Amino acid sequence: MNAGARIEDVETYLAAQQSKSLLRFITCGSVDDGKSTLIGRLLHESKALFDDQLAALEGDSRKFGTQGDELDFALLLDGLGAEREQGITIDVAYRFFATERRKFIVADTPGHEQYTRNMITGASTADLAVILVDARKGLLTQTRRHSYLVSLVGIRKVVLAVNKLDLVDWSRDAFEAIERDYRAFAAQLGIDDVVAIPLSALRGDNLSAPSARTPWYRGPSLLQHLETVDVGNGEPTGPLRLPVQWVNRPDLDFRGYSGRILGGRVRPGDAVRVLPSGRTSAVARIVTFDGDLAEARTGQSVTLTLADEIDISRGDVICAADDPAGLADQFEATLVWMADAPMLPGRPYLVKLGASTLGASFGQPKYAVDVNSLDHLAAKTLELNGIGVANLTLDRAVAFDPYASNRDMGSFIVIDRYTNQTVGAGLLHFALRRSQNIHWQAVEVDKQARIRQSGHAPCVLWLTGLSGSGKSTIANIVERQLHALGARTYLLDGDNVRHGLSKDLGFTDADRVENIRRIGEVARLMVDAGLIVITAFISPFRSERQLARGMVEDGEFVEIFVDTPLDVVEQRDPKGLYRKARRGELKNFTGIDSPYEVPAAPELHLRTMEQSPEESASAIVEALIRRGVIRPTI
Amino acid sequence: MTALTHLQRLEAESIDILREAVAEAERPVMLYSIGKDSSVMLHLARKAFFPSRPPFPLLHVDTTWKFRAMYELRDRMARESGQDLIVHRNPEAVRLGINPFTHGSALHTDVWKTQGLKQALDQHGFDLAFGGARRDEEKSRAKERVFSFRSAQHQWDPKNQRPELWRLYNARKNKGESIRVFPLSNWTELDIWQYILAEDIPIVPLYLAAERPVVTRDGTLVMVDDERFPLREGETPALRRVRFRTLGCYPLTGAIESDADTLPAIIREMLVARTSERQGRLIDQDAGASMEKKKAEGYF
Repeated sequence: MNAGARIEDVETYLAAQQSKSLLRFITCGSVDDGKSTLIGRLLHESKALFDDQLAALEGDSRKFGTQGDELDFALLLDGLGAEREQGITIDVAYRFFATERRKFIVADTPGHEQYTRNMITGASTADLAVILVDARKGLLTQTRRHSYLVSLVGIRKVVLAVNKLDLVDWSRDAFEAIERDYRAFAAQLGIDDVVAIPLSALRGDNLSAPSARTPWYRGPSLLQHLETVDVGNGEPTGPLRLPVQWVNRPDLDFRGYSGRILGGRVRPGDAVRVLPSGRTSAVARIVTFDGDLAEARTGQSVTLTLADEIDISRGDVICAADDPAGLADQFEATLVWMADAPMLPGRPYLVKLGASTLGASFGQPKYAVDVNSLDHLAAKTLELNGIGVANLTLDRAVAFDPYASNRDMGSFIVIDRYTNQTVGAGLLHFALRRSQNIHWQAVEVDKQARIRQSGHAPCVLWLTGLSGSGKSTIANIVERQLHALGARTYLLDGDNVRHGLSKDLGFTDADRVENIRRIGEVARLMVDAGLIVITAFISPFRSERQLARGMVEDGEFVEIFVDTPLDVVEQRDPKGLYRKARRGELKNFTGIDSPYEVPAAPELHLRTMEQSPEESASAIVEALIRRGVIRPTI
Repeated sequence: MTALTHLQRLEAESIDILREAVAEAERPVMLYSIGKDSSVMLHLARKAFFPSRPPFPLLHVDTTWKFRAMYELRDRMARESGQDLIVHRNPEAVRLGINPFTHGSALHTDVWKTQGLKQALDQHGFDLAFGGARRDEEKSRAKERVFSFRSAQHQWDPKNQRPELWRLYNARKNKGESIRVFPLSNWTELDIWQYILAEDIPIVPLYLAAERPVVTRDGTLVMVDDERFPLREGETPALRRVRFRTLGCYPLTGAIESDADTLPAIIREMLVARTSERQGRLIDQDAGASMEKKKAEGYF
């Protein structure tokens, strides 16, 4: 009602509203630091709560509340039914409130141990972070972790909200000691803009107005600070960057490139360079629904037309001609892992960067970061919530800027090729030099020449199935039959490879991926040499079979599922391995304590319960004849 | 040059979302419910793809019980934007004559809207649908992603949402899955009204106060919009100066008494308002997690 009383003239008020700015911030704290209470209070004090919401809150506070007869603001924020029952916030929620000067979007993220991913998500769009500390407890491990994550995503402005000061009798010493400790720690992280505010979120002290209970504190209240802090609009400046999202072609006479400006500004006549092609042109028009613009800048969504007809498609980046983005396919990057299944070096993933989606894989992490101590640890993989530094290889070159100079041009998400889930997020540091220095050696005797000489096409016969399913037996017969037909063959078998090529590898998921990568590479070379390569490996994961498939040309990979049910192979148990695995003497054994992912669409599906190994082998040879790899008699 | 204002930032973000979704989808569609949020969303779509027409049709999941003024605006806007308008009415609901009076609001909403929407999406094979929901509307919405996935059965799994970082949206879907995209996620009710005023966006006149025939039912002012409204004993529609904060099926939408007959007056009223807009919606007022439950079942 006060808000209404203040508005004498709606027109004047609305004019003022038009110049209101936007601040996005994130709140971080441990489970009991009073974060939800703080946000609930901010909503309440900025009149963002309505009577019916308050009435519902009163009801909920009586039913689920932990504050006696007081309103429990935490309940306002726990949006999902399941969360209410568990009493914790488990995901990122966005809240909105506005004052006379600013509109605010708050990312509310949980402080619970395993939710690094939520914090990174919330922080990725924030201009500022409010870090809560309980005045009684001082800096906790979580405080350090949250601050590290905030610094990792490039937030440089932090409010240290020392909460629950009422519980330490408004002690100036307690407040100042925490502030001192925090500044020292933050400096190590490169956060030098820290504003510390003594608070009682529960009672509302120093929240929207200075509190009489902290006469020794001369700084702004939290809301005053949030309303006035300069975050430079949160936008990067620098040279023009506009990733093309959509090519706008209403008719043959108009060809525009639509996208959001992620850096710099643009005017008609500006010289631009388009990556990755490197073609140059000049901006002809900046087209919008509201008429052409004389200038557009960072943050705006526009459509550009260019003076020259050059081929531009979605994912290309229009850059300032004299200061274009980098172009590379190999990078060093910080990677935050967000899925239950760990990151496996060498496994094929997808990466989305700007408006481009690319095939990608990661090297073994150079190190992982212990988010509590900030120590660098050796690591072979990254687990859920793991953070590390690794090399990233893409299947083609893309335009980029280092994350430190442009957040939107240097950030990416990692997508699992099979579940399509977002499994990780990353920040580009720099391009690796070597990506520009390796060139393929041109050779004169090529694959086609070898095919002409041998009289048959090369391919990979990839047999996959459980241990003991009969892969090696069938593979041997196939090779014998092909040899008899005059084909040039080579058999790569699980055991012979394990004794040499992959001698250094064990049976963890990460090692299995690397093993298959090596076999795939060897098979690729042999296919290039013109051979029919027969492989017999359990190869339990779809992703790695896909990886091997991707190494050769379309049609050269024949996936053959040797399908023998688990109970049958376990009963056969030719090497006694299942018995050992059941006794727990053999770890990570496929089918027992490590999964076998059944091929979704193999080229051949051999049901060994219904036919003999000889019949299976003949089926493979017949398939090769049908595919035109070999002729019935060579 | 000064910084972008909050409305400019919201507009640019929504356009970015609309373009990204269209670029990644095979068969997108925009759910058009004729309310103020839909009006803003449609306006943003026209901006996003200009000078092209928005490259998707509009879908109105009709219940036959909307206000007459809504049908008028719907047909006018489809003409102006040049997009195809698909009107879907659940044939089963038509056959059974489902209505809020004899079947109750819950069944009415489920059959016409929830089931009707699923039918329409399946029938046309749409893999991505834009919706005008905002995160400030309701608690479970606050946690919903901009790109929100639905199973082949159109169900929402709040526990299994993809993290959304920076401005990178993962629009890859599994077989059978569809995506709901909410370009207005970060807008508030006040932002919507300010934008409608600033951009002069056409809205249904019912948002503005006028004399309208209403009856008071269970404490709510309900407008008698046509002769299908069964009056109870002693009920006589009386002309009162009312307006609506949200629009849906007229028998299920509560009016408020108001003199606000211009947009600035509405905004002024909003600033002093002490109840949230959803209070006028009769479907929200059951168990605590009601909206979450409806969404899990496929309600938009």
